[in-house]
Amino acid sequence: MSEDYRGIFTDGLWRNNVVFAQMLALCPLMAVTTTATNGLGMGLATTGVLLTSNIVIASCRDLISQEVRIPVFVLLIAALVSLADMAINAWLHELYKVLGLFIPLIVVNCAVLGRAEVFASKRPVFASAVDGLAMGLGYTAALMLLGGCREILGSATLFAHASLLLGDGFAFLETTLIPKYKGFLLMLLPPGGFLVLGFLLAGKRAAERRWERRAMGRDKTKTGVQQSPSAA
Amino acid sequence: MSLFPTSAPHAHAPDSVPRLMGLVLLAVAPATLYGIVLFGWPALNLLLVTILACLLCEAVCLRLAGHAVRPFLLDGSALLTGVLLALSLPPWAPWWIGAVGGFFAIVIGKQVFGGIGQNIFNPAMLARVALLVSFPVEMTLWLEPRPLFSSHAPGFLESLTITLGGISDIDAVSGATILGHIRTELGMARELGQILPGHYQAGTAALGWTGGSLGETADLLVLLGGLWLLWRRVMTWHVPVALLATVLVLAGGFHGLNPERFASPAVHLLSGSLMLGAFFIATDPVTSPTTKLGQLIFGAGCGALVYIIRTWGGYPEGVAFAVVLMNAATPLIDHYVRPRIYGRTWRGQSRPVPERAKRPPVGSGEAE
Repeated sequence: MSEDYRGIFTDGLWRNNVVFAQMLALCPLMAVTTTATNGLGMGLATTGVLLTSNIVIASCRDLISQEVRIPVFVLLIAALVSLADMAINAWLHELYKVLGLFIPLIVVNCAVLGRAEVFASKRPVFASAVDGLAMGLGYTAALMLLGGCREILGSATLFAHASLLLGDGFAFLETTLIPKYKGFLLMLLPPGGFLVLGFLLAGKRAAERRWERRAMGRDKTKTGVQQSPSAA
Repeated sequence: MSLFPTSAPHAHAPDSVPRLMGLVLLAVAPATLYGIVLFGWPALNLLLVTILACLLCEAVCLRLAGHAVRPFLLDGSALLTGVLLALSLPPWAPWWIGAVGGFFAIVIGKQVFGGIGQNIFNPAMLARVALLVSFPVEMTLWLEPRPLFSSHAPGFLESLTITLGGISDIDAVSGATILGHIRTELGMARELGQILPGHYQAGTAALGWTGGSLGETADLLVLLGGLWLLWRRVMTWHVPVALLATVLVLAGGFHGLNPERFASPAVHLLSGSLMLGAFFIATDPVTSPTTKLGQLIFGAGCGALVYIIRTWGGYPEGVAFAVVLMNAATPLIDHYVRPRIYGRTWRGQSRPVPERAKRPPVGSGEAE
């Protein structure tokens, strides 16, 4: 059975996006995304865990019996998260200080266990790796989008402290949009996260509906073109 | 929550949404005009900006949702929301406070839930709470009164710079409201006997000659407007009376216990936005309970929360928070306090038929 890698990628990035379609992993989403930089850091950490956990679980999926699969998955994920936690603490200490508690909490991130259960426990290793990468990138994109919106509205900057967290090479990302901005505190508090998420979700639905309508219109014209010669 | 379809008999009345909104706008007009006169051109600018923002957001939302724009836009509900929101803002607030407030009130407070009659929270108060949490500096900038055309009032052109660019010299014009003053001074362990003289006279407070939001200072005018609405039967007495009575009882009780720590009922009733809230905000038919008993509970809850927030809470004034919190409790109140079904007891069993109403069955008439 050949895998539809393109389909897996569009699933992860758009159609079945962790945040915008599955509505999973909202707790770290609300807590971390006060800036786009934090969103990027958290997203990359989760992507790393998703990728490795999908690979590990897919490669030992035949060894795990059906009855105890959930505890085994949790154990494997917990081990991987501990590794990620220590790695970030060692090499990206600034990021570690900001994300703090939320990195160990990737263990209970329902998106990771969800992919293990739905995808990696049933599919071959390479396809699972692609799925983990796609889901992780989709999650990262969602975190960055939400973080960027909240950051722009809340403090009129974008990617603030990027150089501090990701290294001096990323200093070019830091932008201040309005120099003397007074700050919109509500957007940086959890209600702002929910509001922005709600509007982004509504936007995604509206865009999908519009594309659907356009695709249907195209189909109609196509069938119309095909029918006209036969009628003649 | 009283827009649910009810069973027969359907009473016909000339009430319609535009008519009700028009009556409420008329009732709130004296206090609005007084506020504009008291605080000058910047207050008028703010009022216009807020109303414009509300109408614009309403039109865009209706269009996006695919509703007819004209009839809903002209029913006056967005206009009334804009006016009530502006009345609860600091009179010299910059234009973007009004604009952001209008967006919050109409888009997040009302249209997201499905438009008129569907909202859970009072749109104007939701917007005020959001603004207060987001912009604490701008939202607590109170002015001493400086009436229109008086010597130290800003001219029209100067007012435009205030509205568009903010107040240049904040310390020169601002002062504390009486509730804010009491809170600060009590925090410094002073007693009310020392705080109030020189800062507070019940007479001027009732006439509205004091610092505060655009339309909340003129308590007597607000009260008159509210009474007129009661007389026109636009609303019933239950919510305002329960609200004011609860504040009166709580304030009276605590003041009686320790007059140096707790302000007197007169201070509580005649300051802040209590009157405005009691008559124009809490009585919103969409976000308050349906039944009379429910409205009494709702009003009393609002009053108790206002007093608790004012006395022990983090903010000097709590009407907006109290109303929004009780709005959240309205579905619960409506769930437990239901009207009695006609012909049944409160528990739902059918009532015993009274003796004189019993008729002999058809066919065994008196002719036999």
